[in-house]
Amino acid sequence: MRYALKKIVTMMITVIVVTLFVYIAFNLISGDPAISMLGTNATPERLNALREELHLNDPVIVRYFRWLIALFKGDMGVSYSYRIDVSTMIFDKIPVTATMAAMSFILMIVISIPLGIHTSKYQGGVLDRIIMILNQIIMSIPPFFSGILITLIFGRILKIFTPGGYVSYSNDFGGFLWYMFFPSLAIALPKATMAVKLLRGSLISEYNMDYVRTAYSKGNTTNGVIYNHMLKNAILPVITFLGMALTDIIAGSIIVEQVFGIPGLGRILLTSISNRDYPVVMAIIVIISFMVLVVNMLVDIIYSLIDPRISFEDK
Amino acid sequence: MKKTTLRGLLLLLMIPVLAVALCGCSGDKKGKGSSIVVGIPQDLEDSLDPHKVEAAGTKEVLFNIFEGLIKPDSNGDFIPAVAQSYEVSDDALTYTFTLRDGVKFHDGSTVTLQDVKYSIDRCADTSGGSPLVAAYSNIKDTQIDGNNFIIHLNEPDTEFLAYMTTAIIPESNKNPDTNPVGTGPYMFVSRSPQENFIVKKFDDYYDKDHAAHIENVTFKVIGNMDTVAMELQSGAIDLLARIPSTQAELLDKNEFTILEETMNLVQALYLNNAEAPFDNVKVRQALCYAIDPAEIMLFVSDGKGTEIGSSMFPAFGKYYMEELNDTYNQDLDKAKQLLSEAGYPDGFSFDITVASNYTQHVDTAQVLSDEFAKIGVTANIKLVEWDSWLSDVYNDRKFQSTVVGVDASSLTASALLQRFTSDSSKNFINYSNPAYDEAFAKAKTATDEDEKTKYYKECERILSEDAANVYIQDLPEFVAISNKFTGYEFYPLYVQDIAKIRPAD
Amino acid sequence: MKTNKKNFNFILGIGIIIFMVLFVFLGRILPLRDANAIDATLKFAPPSLKHPFGCDNFGREILSRVIQGSFSTFCIALGTVFIGTFFGIIIGALTGYFGGLVDEILMRINDAIFAFPSILLALLFISLLGPGTYQVVIALGIAFIPSFARIVRGEFLKNRNMDYVKCAKLLGASDLRIMVIHILPNTLKVLLNSVLIGFNNAVLAEASMSFLGIGVQPPDPSLGRMLSEAQGFLFKAPNYALFPGLAIILMVLGFGLLSDSFEK
Repeated sequence: MRYALKKIVTMMITVIVVTLFVYIAFNLISGDPAISMLGTNATPERLNALREELHLNDPVIVRYFRWLIALFKGDMGVSYSYRIDVSTMIFDKIPVTATMAAMSFILMIVISIPLGIHTSKYQGGVLDRIIMILNQIIMSIPPFFSGILITLIFGRILKIFTPGGYVSYSNDFGGFLWYMFFPSLAIALPKATMAVKLLRGSLISEYNMDYVRTAYSKGNTTNGVIYNHMLKNAILPVITFLGMALTDIIAGSIIVEQVFGIPGLGRILLTSISNRDYPVVMAIIVIISFMVLVVNMLVDIIYSLIDPRISFEDK
Repeated sequence: MKKTTLRGLLLLLMIPVLAVALCGCSGDKKGKGSSIVVGIPQDLEDSLDPHKVEAAGTKEVLFNIFEGLIKPDSNGDFIPAVAQSYEVSDDALTYTFTLRDGVKFHDGSTVTLQDVKYSIDRCADTSGGSPLVAAYSNIKDTQIDGNNFIIHLNEPDTEFLAYMTTAIIPESNKNPDTNPVGTGPYMFVSRSPQENFIVKKFDDYYDKDHAAHIENVTFKVIGNMDTVAMELQSGAIDLLARIPSTQAELLDKNEFTILEETMNLVQALYLNNAEAPFDNVKVRQALCYAIDPAEIMLFVSDGKGTEIGSSMFPAFGKYYMEELNDTYNQDLDKAKQLLSEAGYPDGFSFDITVASNYTQHVDTAQVLSDEFAKIGVTANIKLVEWDSWLSDVYNDRKFQSTVVGVDASSLTASALLQRFTSDSSKNFINYSNPAYDEAFAKAKTATDEDEKTKYYKECERILSEDAANVYIQDLPEFVAISNKFTGYEFYPLYVQDIAKIRPAD
Repeated sequence: MKTNKKNFNFILGIGIIIFMVLFVFLGRILPLRDANAIDATLKFAPPSLKHPFGCDNFGREILSRVIQGSFSTFCIALGTVFIGTFFGIIIGALTGYFGGLVDEILMRINDAIFAFPSILLALLFISLLGPGTYQVVIALGIAFIPSFARIVRGEFLKNRNMDYVKCAKLLGASDLRIMVIHILPNTLKVLLNSVLIGFNNAVLAEASMSFLGIGVQPPDPSLGRMLSEAQGFLFKAPNYALFPGLAIILMVLGFGLLSDSFEK
C-alpha cells in the first residue's frame, strides 16, 4: 500500500514537473495558437478576441493550474487545430501505440530468452560466438535504421509487407496486427540483443553457484537445471532491464511511427508540437508518463512474484 | 508446479506472435467498385468550417463537400451551383443571383435564400475587424428579393464574381468547425486525426448529371511519402496528387497512369524588401542573375516545371507574360558586378527560412545556396515548422528570405498581384513601389477587359524589373491514378474534384 | 577465458574507434569533393573508384557527406556528454555529499525527469529552442543530466561515510576540497563507463533527432538526415542509406565494445 502510494506520488510529481515545464516553454516560443487557428488573414481584433476566448491573455501560471484542475476532472481540453476533444482524439490512438509497445515487448522476450539460454549453455562454442558478434552489431543499429532495413527486406525483397499500408485496428484487426509486426520488430531487435547479452551474462555467473552443482549432482539434466533453478535467479536483472526498455520502446515508437507511417500517439505528438497544439501535447505527455508508471509498477510486481525475498515495504 | 511457470509463460507469450503471423496471411481485399482511397500528403489539421479554413490541404478536400452560389470548373470558368443563374449589372455594382430550386443540404433540409444570406453576411461581417473574405469589404448590402439574392457593391468590381464561390452553409448547423454540412456531391462521414477523412456520395445532389460516380471516398493521410509508391502499388491507395517524381517513376505503368500538369503557384525566393541588403534593388537583381531555374528543376523535379519571371503563372492565360522569364538569365559576372556596385564586392551572408514539410522548397533552397556560393554569397538554410513559418515569416515578417510557393486563392489576377501593394496586409515581403500601387489601382477599377489586362501586365513587369523576388518556377504536379479509375481533372486552383472520377470499364 | 574476451572487446572497440577517427580526420584532410557541392551530372552516380560511396540526389559525394556527417555527430555527442556529465557531477556531488532536504527535492525532480523518455524531453526542448546544431547539443545535454546526476550521487553517497573522507574532515579539509580532490577521483571508474554508454546514447539520440529533421540544417550533412532523405530513394540508390547507416553502427559498436570491456 505504502509502495503504491509512493509510486503514485512520484508519478504526480513527474506529471507536474514535466507539464509545468512544457506549459511554460510553449508560452515562451514564438508560435501563437491564435494565429495558427485564424490563419494569415486574421486581423488584430479577431486575434485578440480568440485569445480572450481561449484565455490566452491570462498569466501562464493561472492557465496552468486551470488546466491541471480540469485534467483531474477528466477534461483534457479541446485541440486548437482540430477543434475536437483531445480525449476523443487521443484515446483513438492509444491502442495503436500500446499495441506496438506490447508487441515489441513480447518479441523482445521471445527473441532474447531462448537465445540467452542457448548461448550461455554453449558458451565459447562456434554458434555462441557467431550469435554474440551478430548480437553486438544489431545492438548498435538505431531503430529507424532497422526500420529502413526491414522495409527493404520484407517490403521489397520478400514482398510480404506493404510499407505505408497501415490499416486501422477497427477495420481489420488481423491486418492491423500483421502490419504492426514489422515496426515492432524494428523496435524490438536492438533491445532484444541487449537482453540476450544480459541474460547470458547472468546465467553464466550462476553456473558456478553451489546450488547449481547440487542440482546437477542430484541427477537433473542441464535443461532441468536451467529452467527450474537458474532462470529464476538469472532473470531478475533482465526484468529490471525489460522494464527500462519498455520506457525506451514507448519513446522509440515515436520515431518508428514516422518510418512506417503509422498514425499513433507519436505522429499526433510530433504534429501537435509543430502546430503548437499544446492541449494535445500536454495530454500525450500525461499519458506517456502514466504508461511509464504502470510499466514500472508491473515490473516491481513481477519481481516480487519471482523473488519472494523482495518486498516493497522495505524500499 | 511453480517450476514450470516460467517455461509456460514463455510459451504463452509466443502465442500472439504466432497468431499474428497466421492471420496476416488471410488479409482479404474488398470489392473496390464503388470506393476509392485518395492519398493526401497532410492531414486536415484545421477547422472544417469552409469560411474559416486556411490550409490549402483542407480546402482541396472540402471542395467536394461545399459549393457556393457559383463554382469554378476545370477550365477556370464559373458555372452556376447553388444559384441557377446570375446577372451582373453594366456598372459592375449589382450582382443578382437566382436560387436554384430544390437544392438540398446534406442534412436533408432545403437551401433557402435565408441560408444564402446568412453565409454571405457571415463572411462579410466586419464586427471582428476585417471580413472573412477580404473582398467582401466592398459589399454595401445584401438583400433577398423574391427568388433572387442581390449584392450591392460600394465600388465597381468586374472580378467580384470570383469571390462568390463562398460556401453556402445551413444557418442551423451549430458545429461547423467539426461537422461540415454543405451542398456538394459528397457528404462528410468521419475523420480520424492523422489517419483519414471519409466522405460518401450525397444521393440528393441537385444535378443528377454531375453527381458523384463513386460511393465511398477515403482521404488517407500519407504517413511516409518516401514509401508511397509501394503503398500505391499494393492497392492501399488508388489516387495520389502531387506525388514526388522519384516515387512516380517506381510505379508499374500497367497499373497506374501518371498525369502531369503544373501546381499553379509562384515558386520564388521571396526577399524581405524592407531589410538590408535586400532593400537594395541591385542586390536583388544580382541574386536573379545568379540563379538558373533550369538547374533547379533538374534537381527538384527531374527537369520538369515551368519557368516564371514574375508573380503570375501560365494557367492565367492572357495575364501571363512569358517574355519576363528572360529579364534575368544566369550571368555570374553581371551578378558580381551588381554586387560590387551595391557595396558588397565580397558578397554577404543571409538566411533562407524554409518550411521543412515542403521537400521541393527545401531542395530548391539547397540548389540556390550552391548557386549563390558561386557569386560569393552565403545562404544559410533555416528549416522551421510550417506553423512557425506562418507566424514568423508570413505574419510577423521577421525573415530575410524564404522559398515558398504562393498560389491564387481565387481565379483573378488580383489574387496574385494585390499582395504587393504597399499597404496590403498580405505583403509579407514589404514590397513598396508607388508606380506599382498606381498600376494596380488602375487595373482594379478598370471595367474594360483590355485595359485591365494592360495594367495587370504593367504590374508584372514592375515586379520583374524591380526583382522584388527571385522568381523560379511553377512547380510540376504529377498525379498517380490507378487504372481502375479514370476521369481525373486538373483545376487551375488547389482542389481535388473526386466527383469527376469514375471506375474505368 | 573471461579476461580474454574483455581484452578482445577492448582491442576491437579501440580498433573501430581509431578507424572511425582516422576515417573522419583523414577524410577532412584529403582533397575530397566539398560535401555540399552539387553536380547534376553525378545525380545518383553509383559507387565507383572515383566516387567510392556513390552520389546522392543532388550529385553530392556521399563519402564526403558521411565523413562530414560523422564528424558533426561525433561533436554533438561529445558536447552532449560534456554538458550531461558536467552538470550531472555538480548536481550529483552536491546532493550526494550534503544530503538533506535539497537532496530530497532535487532527487525527486530528477527521478521524475528520469522516468520520462529522454528523447521526448529533448524534442520538447527543441520546440522551445528551435532547430539547429547548438540547440540539439543543449537539448540533449539537458536531457542527459538526470542519469549522470543519479550515478554520481550514488557514488558520493557511498563514499561520504567512508573512513578516508572522515579522516580528511578531521584534518580540516574543506567540503569543496573533499569533494573534488578526494571523492571525485574515486567515482571516475564508474563515471567513465557511464560516459561511454552516454556517448552511445547521444550518438543514437542525435541521429534520431536529425532523422526527424531537427538538428544540423541542410545542406550540411548529418547521418540521421541523410538516412531520412535516402528513404525516398531506397530502391534506386540503396547505397545512399547504407553508408550513413553503417557509419552510425560502427560508431556505436566501437564505443559499445569499449564500455563492455570496462565492466566489472
